[in-house]
Amino acid sequence: MKGLLSAADLNAHEIESILDVAEEMHTIQQRPVKKLPALRGRTIVNLFFEDSTRTRTSFEIAGKWLSADTINVSAKGSSVSKGESMRDTMMTLDSMGVDAFVIRHSSSGAVAQAASWVKAQCINAGDGQHEHPTQALLDAFAMRQHFRTLGEGGSFAGKRIAIVGDLLHSRVVRSNVLLQRTLGGKVTLVAPPTLLPMGVDTWGCEVSSDFDAVLDEADIVMMLRVQRERMSGGFFPTAREYAASYGLTEERFARLSPTVGICHPGPMNRGVEISSAAADAINSLVLDQVSAGVAVRMSVLYHLLGGADEEGQL
Amino acid sequence: MTDPSTHTIWGSAEISRALTRMAHEILESNGGTSGLLLLGIPTRGVPLARRLARIMADTEGGAVPVGELDITMYRDDLRNNPTRRVGRTVVPTPIDGRTVVLVDDVLYSGRTIAAAFDALRDLGRPKAVRLAVLVDRGHRELPIRADYVGKDLPTSTSEKVRVRLTELDGSDEVAVQREEAR
Amino acid sequence: MSSLLITGATLADGTHADLAVVDGLFVDPAEAPQGATRIDADGLLALPGLVDSHTHLREPGREDAETIASGTLAAARGGYTCVHAMANTDPVTDTAEAAEFVADLGRRQGHCEVRPVGAITKGLAGEELAELGLMAKSSAGVRVFSDDGRCVSDPLLMRRALTYVLPFDGVIAQHNQDARLAGPGACAHESELSGRLGLGGWPAVAESIIVARDVQLAELCKSRLHVCHVSTAESVEVIRWAKKRGIRVTAEATPHHLLLDTSLLEHYDTTFKVNPPLRTNEHIEAVREALADGTIDMVGTDHAPHAPQDKDHPFDVALPGMLGLEQALGVVMDVMINTGRMDWATLVQRMSVAPAAYGRVASQGRPIAVGEPANLVLVDPSARGVVDRAQGASIAKNNPYHGRNLPDPVIATVWAGRVTYQRGT
Repeated sequence: MKGLLSAADLNAHEIESILDVAEEMHTIQQRPVKKLPALRGRTIVNLFFEDSTRTRTSFEIAGKWLSADTINVSAKGSSVSKGESMRDTMMTLDSMGVDAFVIRHSSSGAVAQAASWVKAQCINAGDGQHEHPTQALLDAFAMRQHFRTLGEGGSFAGKRIAIVGDLLHSRVVRSNVLLQRTLGGKVTLVAPPTLLPMGVDTWGCEVSSDFDAVLDEADIVMMLRVQRERMSGGFFPTAREYAASYGLTEERFARLSPTVGICHPGPMNRGVEISSAAADAINSLVLDQVSAGVAVRMSVLYHLLGGADEEGQL
Repeated sequence: MTDPSTHTIWGSAEISRALTRMAHEILESNGGTSGLLLLGIPTRGVPLARRLARIMADTEGGAVPVGELDITMYRDDLRNNPTRRVGRTVVPTPIDGRTVVLVDDVLYSGRTIAAAFDALRDLGRPKAVRLAVLVDRGHRELPIRADYVGKDLPTSTSEKVRVRLTELDGSDEVAVQREEAR
Repeated sequence: MSSLLITGATLADGTHADLAVVDGLFVDPAEAPQGATRIDADGLLALPGLVDSHTHLREPGREDAETIASGTLAAARGGYTCVHAMANTDPVTDTAEAAEFVADLGRRQGHCEVRPVGAITKGLAGEELAELGLMAKSSAGVRVFSDDGRCVSDPLLMRRALTYVLPFDGVIAQHNQDARLAGPGACAHESELSGRLGLGGWPAVAESIIVARDVQLAELCKSRLHVCHVSTAESVEVIRWAKKRGIRVTAEATPHHLLLDTSLLEHYDTTFKVNPPLRTNEHIEAVREALADGTIDMVGTDHAPHAPQDKDHPFDVALPGMLGLEQALGVVMDVMINTGRMDWATLVQRMSVAPAAYGRVASQGRPIAVGEPANLVLVDPSARGVVDRAQGASIAKNNPYHGRNLPDPVIATVWAGRVTYQRGT
């Protein structure tokens, strides 16, 4: 397999291999010398057509700790305004001898298109409203750790994961649903009907607009950011009304068992989709998600680039 | 079924005897267990390190720390093969100032041990590094030599040395396997 | 002028005839001069030259994608003898001078008749009427007005346009797209697939809502409305209703909306990005049925060449549009004739007679008969082939049929007595 475009590209064995190696990588973060030579001589271009400090930085650190030469290219708005097509941009960089592109783009499908134009492997670091597979992997990493701290084996089978928020515009939700479908987790999506994607009923998960009912059953609650500008789009009337129905408010958090892991891919809108009490709770996995980011991305890079060129596989 | 191309060299008793001797040699040259750290190289170096540590503890009293040092990411042939599975690295105590004994099952080209040196360097600065192997089959490609050897086993490069250990394989055995002519 | 003698052709009604052409008109074969160029049409159908109600030729402005010369050559190879050149060029065809420029260039360089379409509003901005009357009066004789590519959203402006063109028998051709329901990000038929791919949904109702509004305006104004590129079952129902009421509405369907469905977007290939978007099978089926029963009057290709630098972008950014002229007849044959839904006489109505009448093109869509203008296409109903975009006459290569096995029927095209295309020559 070449590159990582979608969470659907991964089977259960591959996901587990990525998470297992990520656990090893995680220990590197505690070492005095944070360096492994595995990707020495490999060149990774972080090609960000859309800003994302968090994702770009963690991919950059991941590449560097594996000794790859990591180059950041901010291509925001460059090609269209210059009259250069995205294909030209990709093929130009590809011809410089790049081993992998880590691509973030505001357009859905842009990474898949890029992969069809270049020889290098392409890793989807978020494309429009489509997918963000490494985010789903690091979410799974943090969840698995959480299950283990509860004294469980870390299996996802039968785990109930509620994903709540702006599902329509979220790339995180699509990747998470696909990944959990493979791992055996039971996903319930919660959102006002205006923020549900078309055809969500075919995704193989439950859909609800009753957060309270879902909350009582959940093992993991993942809150997604709701942008305030959605209000002007008529998706919901006010932040206050949104929080009352779909926010992890203090009242809802108080009802929650401390064994329920609280996730948020960030950046958080405190007071809208998540209360500070929930965000900073002992069972909040928000910082675990962030710290898992580098390890999971190291693991993905190693799986894709750690072997022979023709054999790079997960 | 017995494979006619496989020739058993050692069984459980011989392996046990060799390990006991090696443990004593380590203790002797180190002057006891003080400052020792045994790091097994996955996969079969790890149970061997544990056995050596147990023998030393039985002999001297007092536990010898044992860890695992995975060298996958330090290999110089990563790019020639499909992506390798990564093993665990567990270092129970800081290596700075310790006498680290690397433990592996078979010493062959020496490249694994060279990779292990690189891996150690990223973990800290040991006082000294020693090497213990159950079988030395020759054919070194690097200037590396074992300090403690269970058995010198002259082989040809067309042969394979297979070590089986009870912990992983259900029984103890050292065998030489002739590569079938194709 | 040269003369032609076409022997052994079969007409759309099934009769066999020899056809002779002198000075651009059909004459009695007995009067064919000795030196006439002979074309053996044994086993071939002779149909009136096809007329396209909806073509983007890109000249002036984007000659790197298509020119009047290259686009009309593609038309000739597709069996067309007349195209309606849409107004969204640069500059926009919104003045008499701009219309005459296109018509003149068509006369000088064209491989078929080029009928300029005038913009409804200045610069296609949807705010003020363009000089509709002067375009009509010009030597280009514009009768069709369209802001195609953009919808005239303002219902009052739409009413004014429909009313204003009455004295010169103009027709207002609307691109039906509610700008709020299908806004700038809308690029894929709203469906399970658009949701999964994360592409902005273009819901079917965003089309039919405008069609429903406009047919009522056309009724109010007693004027002629044309519904461009009908793509949904709901639009078909509205048009059916309007026709039953006697509203003066015509409608066109594109070859791609008759054949291709939204699943082609699965891999974000921008070749398949078009506006309105490719739909699902239920819509395709409704459009086919409507074309068969006459609810949809004609086939309009919406031939839309785009240069690679406008297509090689992310899906939501790439320009919408696909080629159509060269494969239109083959697609309609496969979908309508080879399935038994339509006979050849009806195909002639849909692809020649109706679009000519719609554009008030007197010389086109005429019967193949002595004294009539010699516009015809010779068709081999059994020829098929795999489409190769590299072989197309258009400069741009955004051909959605590339790699498909389709009928490849056009053997020769004759426009005003002149052979504009002949296979193998």
